[in-house]
Amino acid sequence: MILEIFLLIAVSSLGAFFFGKHLAQSRLALAPVGGLSDRAHSLPGYHGYFAAWLVGLAGFAVAALGLAYPKLFNGGLLLALFVAAVGGGFAFSYRQIGAGFRARIQVERFVKGALLLCSGVAVLTTFGIVFSLVFESLRFFEQVPLLDFLTGLQWSPQTALREDQAGQSGAFGAVPIFTGTFMITAVAMFVAAPIGLLIAIYLSEYATKRTRAIVKPFVEILAGVPTVVYGFFALLTVGPAIRGFAEGFGFSVPTQSAIAAGSVMGVMIIPFISSLSDDVINAVPQTLRDGSYALGATKSETMTNVIFPAALPGIIGALLLGVSRAIGETMIVVMAAGRAANLTGNPFEAVTTVTVQIVSLLTGDQEFDSAKTLAAFALGLVLFVLTLVLNVIALLIVRKYRERYE
Amino acid sequence: MSAFESIHQSDRAVKRMTRRRGQELRFRLFGLGAVIAAMVVLAWLTISLVGTGYTAFYQHHMTLEVFLDEAVLDPTGERNAENLRKANFRKIIQEAIYARFPEVSERRQKSALFKIVSASGATNQVRQMAYANPALVGRTLTLSVPTSDDVDQLLKGYIDRDAPEKRRKISNQQIVWVDALKATGEIKSQFNWTFFTGVDSRDPELAGIAGAVVGSLMALAVAFVVSVPAGVGAAVYLEEFAPQNRFTDFIEININNLAAVPSIVFGLLGLAVFLNFFGMPRSAPLVGGLVLALMTLPTVIIATRAALRSVSPSIIDGALSLGASHTQAVFHHKVPLAAPGILTGSIIGMAQALGETAPLLMIGMVAFVTEIPSGLTEPASALPVQIFLWSDSAERAWAERTSAAIIVLLMVLVTMNALAIFLRTRLERRW
Repeated sequence: MILEIFLLIAVSSLGAFFFGKHLAQSRLALAPVGGLSDRAHSLPGYHGYFAAWLVGLAGFAVAALGLAYPKLFNGGLLLALFVAAVGGGFAFSYRQIGAGFRARIQVERFVKGALLLCSGVAVLTTFGIVFSLVFESLRFFEQVPLLDFLTGLQWSPQTALREDQAGQSGAFGAVPIFTGTFMITAVAMFVAAPIGLLIAIYLSEYATKRTRAIVKPFVEILAGVPTVVYGFFALLTVGPAIRGFAEGFGFSVPTQSAIAAGSVMGVMIIPFISSLSDDVINAVPQTLRDGSYALGATKSETMTNVIFPAALPGIIGALLLGVSRAIGETMIVVMAAGRAANLTGNPFEAVTTVTVQIVSLLTGDQEFDSAKTLAAFALGLVLFVLTLVLNVIALLIVRKYRERYE
Repeated sequence: MSAFESIHQSDRAVKRMTRRRGQELRFRLFGLGAVIAAMVVLAWLTISLVGTGYTAFYQHHMTLEVFLDEAVLDPTGERNAENLRKANFRKIIQEAIYARFPEVSERRQKSALFKIVSASGATNQVRQMAYANPALVGRTLTLSVPTSDDVDQLLKGYIDRDAPEKRRKISNQQIVWVDALKATGEIKSQFNWTFFTGVDSRDPELAGIAGAVVGSLMALAVAFVVSVPAGVGAAVYLEEFAPQNRFTDFIEININNLAAVPSIVFGLLGLAVFLNFFGMPRSAPLVGGLVLALMTLPTVIIATRAALRSVSPSIIDGALSLGASHTQAVFHHKVPLAAPGILTGSIIGMAQALGETAPLLMIGMVAFVTEIPSGLTEPASALPVQIFLWSDSAERAWAERTSAAIIVLLMVLVTMNALAIFLRTRLERRW
């Protein structure tokens, strides 16, 4: 049905284009010799576009009316309105089109409006995210006090399904989730920060052009691998490998553990850190390097004493962006970190994260008013705010640093 | 020996130099080690996936003489659809296997014998043939039916024959039968077409990715249709037409922040806005595509702006000086010249969308869907979600199929990225 309406609008719009163009051609023509009159402001094509836009917009307006109030406008009435609107578009174009009509100006105005609307989509998305998260979170905090959510030590959302327990404090204490998230992030950064930085240093200072041209794309492949693939890798290969390794030392480690999920996540983050730091290191002026070499410093001494301090703000920015990635990553932890909310400091145990909880609260049966479902939005809000703050800080640091050398 | 030499060649100086050179070497080796570590992990990932996944591309089938017994299927002899629908095709398959091993008579043994073939796979195959052509009833057909996943895994070497019988999913007697059938060529391995043409199933030997692939393609089509025009439009506006004011700054900040929002948050947006507020259907590729479109929008915008910026300003100046309006200069000259960059950015954005899982979980695209989706509002799965669903099952046959689905996904992604790189190098113009 919707497809048919769009087709109808497209066909009328196309018809209006040819109608407008031909009308303009005949009205703007110099009668005896052909060609356009020098009094004509716009080419015939623009008159065509003008008619097409007008008819198309009119058609859309009616269709939107029909979609918004399906009870009021439907069937014959809607069709009559549609015909009237499209006919009106044709009639208006018929009256306007002529040598003096500035069709191009009008069309360009339409185009700019449409482009502005396109940019509006991004703004609307942000508003949509903020409003949906805040609105649902407020409903959640009506049932569970904010303080209990942020400081409670016990997370067991299932209990809230029972009538008498709904909204009772204790069941929605998010501290174990936050500690789990931070632990996995820490493990990930423990892997990604040194390796990513060393790769950036090696590629920018030591590697030949050819090595760099070969290695860089391969490192970037790591960023292009879908996270569900990393999750399966952690579950199928890394988890059992860590368990086997630990058993060799007499420990028992579950396949799903913070260390398995965190280290695989670290691998995923390596390319973010290496390519961002690479840019930062390359942005350090060559004069600083040359000065250091002239004083007799080796490459490594130059790196650690001159370039690294100069690039430090940018590198910190890169690391913060890495942390924000790690916090928001979902599939790896869903598949490899476990679902039980353990309050533990041991990375060899299964922990849970904000994203894992959002997934497990929202997959399966949903009652939209239960605290259980709303809790997912509260966690989503925490996630959104946290990543937003990290990104803003990182961008500010990077921008400030960039200004220093420009 | 001059004083100058003595400073630099004294024992202490030589020691110092050796130490510093050692430091330099160690530092360099650390860097090289990090590069190698990343490469090793990439290789490990590839090898472990290919190693577990390649065996899913072939599968063992058994040749079976099936007698479509009229007395079982259609005792009244009417051959109408009603009778055939109620008919016990399972029994037909059972009888066919018992006939192959007439020496087996005990009931427990018979049931073990039946477990060699895929019960629902073989039954459905015969049922569909009989539906299509009721005249087949009463005849004997030679069919190739899939073996059960346990038999398949045994023949692929994943079940330890030396393990105690109780800890195996397949008994000693079954192994003897299977080996006999394999020796006579009645069980053969063949290319696993089911994996590419089938849909999700409870039985690994019948499961395929076709449904998920179609779901992914639909969602991707929606994402493309929404995010590329909107993204290019927004980028052209911001780069060419936007006035320098607060509102423009606000849009720019918005886009930069959106690029860094975790993908799962877009899923929450889809759930709250598209499903709950607009009442769109759950599990539908339409909603999945919209969510992915919003998620890839920043990528498309940023890539398009970079492409527009790389077009030489002299192009615009030339067009303006010949009397073109600003809009004409942009749309007739600048955008076409930036098109390769825009295309590359769009392909990369779509590749990102294809691999994304988390937001699709939020809008319910995790349903167990056993049909190829026929429309944008039908329940569907997507390839990465299918991978996630299969990865949950512990059986070896599922791990194999999960890896195989990942191989397919990665190959598509590599192709898309290679295409993007090819287009960039081929069409790009330097100024």
